[in-house]
Amino acid sequence: MGLSYEESKKLVFKGMILLGVVTIVEVLIALMGNGHLIDGFTMPKWLMYPMMIGLSLYKAYFIVYEFMHMKYEVRALALSVLMPTLLLVWGVIAFFQEGSSWGARRAQILEKDAKPASEISIPAENTNETKDTLIIE
Amino acid sequence: MATDTHIAEHEVQDTGSAWSGGQEPFKASYGKLMMWYFLVSDAFTFAGFLIAYGSLRFSMPTWPVPDFVFSTFPGGFHHMPLIFVTVMTFILILSSVTMVRAVQEGHRENKRGVVKWMALTIVGGLMFLGCQAWEWTTLIAGEHTTILTNPFGTHIEAGTYMEGDGHDIKEGDTFDAGAPYLIHQVDGEFKQLQYKTEAGEVKQQAFGPKAFGALFFFITGFHGFHVFSGVLFLLIIMINVASGLYVKRKNGYEMVEKIGLYWHFVDLVWVFVFLVFYLL
Repeated sequence: MGLSYEESKKLVFKGMILLGVVTIVEVLIALMGNGHLIDGFTMPKWLMYPMMIGLSLYKAYFIVYEFMHMKYEVRALALSVLMPTLLLVWGVIAFFQEGSSWGARRAQILEKDAKPASEISIPAENTNETKDTLIIE
Repeated sequence: MATDTHIAEHEVQDTGSAWSGGQEPFKASYGKLMMWYFLVSDAFTFAGFLIAYGSLRFSMPTWPVPDFVFSTFPGGFHHMPLIFVTVMTFILILSSVTMVRAVQEGHRENKRGVVKWMALTIVGGLMFLGCQAWEWTTLIAGEHTTILTNPFGTHIEAGTYMEGDGHDIKEGDTFDAGAPYLIHQVDGEFKQLQYKTEAGEVKQQAFGPKAFGALFFFITGFHGFHVFSGVLFLLIIMINVASGLYVKRKNGYEMVEKIGLYWHFVDLVWVFVFLVFYLL
């Protein structure tokens, strides 16, 4: 494993402290950002979310590389496990885009749902051009 | 080296090309490699669920506010946002740490050490399951969240309550857009409180997004099922260790390492479940 027994024992202890502290920081960001800790103090979501996502990804990296010993495996093994998960990046982009699009068109969908099917006609200008502006909203 | 008890490590003869076989290009046994690939497939399953959660959440105008939904603590405490799930997270981290220690003792062929640390890991797993059982009980029996009913709503406009619910809301209380609320039950029926908007319109509390219950119970349940099966496998392997089975294999308790990979993966998934359900 490249490390002596004593060294790896210390590393485990360090890992425990690290994961614990990162978790506490995440929870503090969530609580403080939502105004639970200091009266009248909140943080905008665009500031909170990247911090919490970043810290979680760091925890994931630490668990895989140290606790699961990926660091000490042959590089090809690590790549064969980690590369496929990159596909998920596209999964997240594609599906979240789709989800936001449903959200943006909610009013339109409800309006259509309220009418009987025979009365629904989609205006020509509503099919292509306005679609893009709706997604951006 | 050349005895019939030596199972996991193969005698590797260098015959030149890796394609002629007999070599381990990844320097890992078949079992360990396949555990890694199983975990990759499992990661995709969880990612599919979490992406579905994200997409549905993005498609809704409001979503239950986590630090309002998860704010109870055993002993009848309320208004303690996220504290209990933080405790759950610590328990899982600790059980991951004890698992690493078990694997390390295995490398030293220290049977007693492996059994001790595996036993502690099992205790951690059971504690986590106990916490989850409590959390589910609170949500289902106490707050009446089910797969199809979600009493956790969020106001989309400011207003004033015209009646109280006998819990946190009193008649005349005002609220802003984005304020979360829980619809309580009275005599087994949900009582949606009436309120007056700033424009003077009278409305009643709406239920929260229907998909929330199914997503929450299914995803945390699927994770809990992983913890549960992990505990079972840990138990079986711990008994095998104690019986001296792996001593004969002389491979540094590789079986403990494999179940260790699985156990850390369960912790890894929790990192993301914790992120999307409780933090964001």
